[in-house]
Amino acid sequence: MAGGDLEPVIGLEIHVQLRTATKMFCGCALGFGEPPNTRTCPVCLGLPGALPVANAEAIHYGLMIGMALDSELAPVSTFHRKNYFYPDLPKGYQISQFDLPLCSGGKLGEVNIHRVHLEEDAAKLNHAGASGRIEGADSSIVDFNRGGTPLAEIVTEPELRSAEQVGEWLRLLRTTLRTLGVSDVNMEEGSLRCDANISLRPVGTDQLGTKTELKNMNSFRFIERGIRAEVERQRAIIEAGETVTQETLHFDPKSESITSLRSKEEAHDYRYFPEPDLPPVVITEEMLARAAASLPELPAAREQRYIETLSLSPETARVFAWRAELADYFDAVCAADQSLDPHVAANWVTELQGRLGDEEAEDSKVTAAALAQLAAMVVSSQVNQGGAKQVLDQLVAAGGEPASIVADQGLEAVGGADELAPIVAAALEANPELTERLRSGDMKPIGVIVGEVMKQTRGRADGKEVTALVRKQLGLS
Amino acid sequence: MIDRDELLHVARLARLALHEDELDATAGELSTILGHVAAIEELDLEGVEPTAHIGDVSDSLRADHVRPSLARDVALAPAPAIRDDGFLVPSPQGE
Repeated sequence: MAGGDLEPVIGLEIHVQLRTATKMFCGCALGFGEPPNTRTCPVCLGLPGALPVANAEAIHYGLMIGMALDSELAPVSTFHRKNYFYPDLPKGYQISQFDLPLCSGGKLGEVNIHRVHLEEDAAKLNHAGASGRIEGADSSIVDFNRGGTPLAEIVTEPELRSAEQVGEWLRLLRTTLRTLGVSDVNMEEGSLRCDANISLRPVGTDQLGTKTELKNMNSFRFIERGIRAEVERQRAIIEAGETVTQETLHFDPKSESITSLRSKEEAHDYRYFPEPDLPPVVITEEMLARAAASLPELPAAREQRYIETLSLSPETARVFAWRAELADYFDAVCAADQSLDPHVAANWVTELQGRLGDEEAEDSKVTAAALAQLAAMVVSSQVNQGGAKQVLDQLVAAGGEPASIVADQGLEAVGGADELAPIVAAALEANPELTERLRSGDMKPIGVIVGEVMKQTRGRADGKEVTALVRKQLGLS
Repeated sequence: MIDRDELLHVARLARLALHEDELDATAGELSTILGHVAAIEELDLEGVEPTAHIGDVSDSLRADHVRPSLARDVALAPAPAIRDDGFLVPSPQGE
């Protein structure tokens, strides 16, 4: 093996908190930032005798995810108990799915999906430091508000090959889930969490090397950096002729270091068995029809529509479609003025987004109607490109209506030969030497003449029109 | 059928502290249970649907409607120790 080129083999497990009103198996409202332990009941506290009942809306969201990922949906799906002891798990087991998950197989972008199943989230553990009560030992404080939150776990096939590909694919997944409306998909707040299984193998082989699991990375940047660091760590081990140990790892983004999480290693024997408190979930035609009717246009379909129907370039189509908010804004601009050429609208949306950076266009001071109006004014030569960009700067800074900004500040394009001709004539007259050179066919000085006209019109003339007039007045065309 | 090492492994996973003099008896009982399951496995079950649940219930889903949660002092009442409105517990090993 040593000496040959190695390639990474990466599979992902993504946990998505579903945006239901209540928890997976009880009627407690989902808690985000509420005071600790104010969203609990006997079911999510795991008190003896309490019985779980599955949330129909969580099943519905699971079906929507399965349809969006082109999965096979199980006609009958069952819940299992996944047994392990941890203070964030009051029952001593997590209710999850095992051999009959809600969704099997599927594909998103270039990546095949292995399965999607539903389960309950664990509670939140906060480190408390040394405690007086528990002598000398470290202690933790458990907040059960999060315990029982519905999760969809999406598992990919081990088909990803680089940290960059993982980052790009996760962005597509996040946009897809956000478009479905099934989750807030906020990595910082933990509603989208990603684990990566990573191994290396010689290029051109099918064998799978020993994999490690990189846990709970909570931003796209950390995921890419963590995977890159783990790939390099494994490469160094293999190239030194040693073997990779199968283990669960934690990436610390601050130090860029990778450490082993030994505590849960022994607990990998989960002894799954069917959850006796929950009957199988039978997926009815009605449930499937409702899920299908709830599907919005998804990023991949939107990308196709932009390319095929609106003739946007594939690059622009992907940039918009994979960022749902931007695509929504673009659609709103097109809807505000249906006579606007989508290419022109796309150019102005891109121009606007370039000024906004990370801020979303819909959160900016520039309304879709204002941008549509500005674009239309350029098309009808009421304002030229340069003037329109000045207007856009002002819209970004303070909002407002393009037509009145143009009027207030005298940014109207100086248009039409009638208005421009005398200004061009004056510019030629003021520069007899240059005019002579132009007349003899040396076109280099034309820029000076155009510049002079622009100066006289305070940038409001159209450069092409000025050039045409110069040629015409000198009898060159 | 189930040996001592396997019994101790399963007991550790289940956080059961088995006493030395319980080991043989417990191993025997577990073996009897496994033997019963093995006997079922020998039956000809061709054409019989796998059973995931003993009841004949389905469609027992719950509408996504919020129900009141417990008051915090009620929720915390059984806690062995309380700090910062939470259940104070020993930290998991190695964390």
